[in-house]
Amino acid sequence: MYVAVKGGEAAIRNAHRLLAKERRGDPDVPALTVAQIAGQLSLAVDRVMAEGSLYDVELAALAVRQARGDLIEAIFLLRAYRTTLPRLGASEPVDTGKMVINRRISATFKDLPGGQVLGPTFDYTHRLIEPELQEPGEVATAEPVGESPRVTDVLGHQGLVEADGEGEGEPGDLTREPLDFPAGRDLRLQALARGDEGFLLALAYSTQRGYGGTHPFVGEIRTGDVEVELFVPELGFAVTLGAITLTECQMVNQFKGSATVPPQFTRGYGLVFGRIERKAMSMALVDRALRAEELGEEKKAPAQDEEFVLAHADNVQATGFVEHLKLPHYVDFQAELAMIRDMRALQERERRRAAERSEAAE
Amino acid sequence: MSHPRPDPARREALATLARADADRLKACWEAFEPKPVHRVVKGPETGLVMVRGRTGGGGAPFNVGEATATRCVVRLATGEVGFGHVLGRDGERARFVALFDALGQSEHRDRVTREVLVPLAAERAAAAHRKARETAATRVDFFTMARGDD
Repeated sequence: MYVAVKGGEAAIRNAHRLLAKERRGDPDVPALTVAQIAGQLSLAVDRVMAEGSLYDVELAALAVRQARGDLIEAIFLLRAYRTTLPRLGASEPVDTGKMVINRRISATFKDLPGGQVLGPTFDYTHRLIEPELQEPGEVATAEPVGESPRVTDVLGHQGLVEADGEGEGEPGDLTREPLDFPAGRDLRLQALARGDEGFLLALAYSTQRGYGGTHPFVGEIRTGDVEVELFVPELGFAVTLGAITLTECQMVNQFKGSATVPPQFTRGYGLVFGRIERKAMSMALVDRALRAEELGEEKKAPAQDEEFVLAHADNVQATGFVEHLKLPHYVDFQAELAMIRDMRALQERERRRAAERSEAAE
Repeated sequence: MSHPRPDPARREALATLARADADRLKACWEAFEPKPVHRVVKGPETGLVMVRGRTGGGGAPFNVGEATATRCVVRLATGEVGFGHVLGRDGERARFVALFDALGQSEHRDRVTREVLVPLAAERAAAAHRKARETAATRVDFFTMARGDD
């Protein structure tokens, strides 16, 4: 247990000054601007927004700069900032079917209405370090083709792929009510959307390696802009606030069926802020794994254990508990030290007594 | 406060204003003469909007995460009330949206359409089309080796 300590003010002040100096780096090198971070380290900014659970490019870029590129520290800064703001309301559910597509692929359906577009992807790059980044120059253009409906909407009606499901109730909000188990899928998706990318990636990987295997296929991944709308009572309609970038992943999984459900493909769903494709895919895999009980599957792997997954997915909580260990624990430690000394003394006394008894017996 | 009936034209105008780039919106306001006498009734106030998605894309709603948003309400001296709601923390932007919304309810409606809404919507459409053309150039047609190109 951490017990409050006093003192150290001057050292702390000096440490923070030193931090500011080191953060700035070589003063002969120009300082990073927020626009540079937002524009050129955009995927770091996206990750901070996703896991900080706050969409604001400028704030996230400021946080990345302040945290010296430590993304979990930046996420922490964003989470702290959000607590200072009032809640204006909840948006209308965004329509990812109307997304302005920047990338859209499917590993299962070759010919989709609207086609597949790779967009600005790292896929198929050679992963060779380029000491001099290629100047972008002129990019190719082509005539866009019509709408890109969600693959699951196109194929869902045949009944071979599970439907989206229904329900218009007010979703749970873990920023308002502490997470309780069992958690509904709404709360699980919220927790996963803000969960740590590395943790979700590892869990998703574990399901592929047999720890709760779900035979997944990427039905569709889409990245692009969707409009956010807020109902304004004074106007009597929902107004558009602007657009945000989202990545959605529809994972389809083999399902043998059950007593009540015929064999079909079930689905896992991922939806995250920004262009975090790896996270959207991981989220969809873990979402599906967490549906084990609902689908009558045997629960035997960590990724299927909702309490294990949801209680450990948040990196701000996790870092708080792990990192608090470095704060002064002198009182606690002194108590344990005294206990260890007592235990040793007791053991020594007993050893001596036993030795005396065996001597007397001889 | 009165609860007007949904007004599709006003809704579309507000969307056009909210989508506009901050600098462009400001330029439109600076060019709009004479400036109407008005007062700010509420805000600008920055807060959070919980962004919702739907399970599977079309199912039950869930909370994805929050976004910063700013709102502002203005009233013109002639009585029209305007509402500005934008993503982000830019109070000035929310105020400009509210002002043009109020002007859109006033006798200046046609000028707002002509001098602000039409150019902003056209610029946005052009920018969206440029982006769509760049994306379209990355269209891919994978073909399966066993089945051949179809």
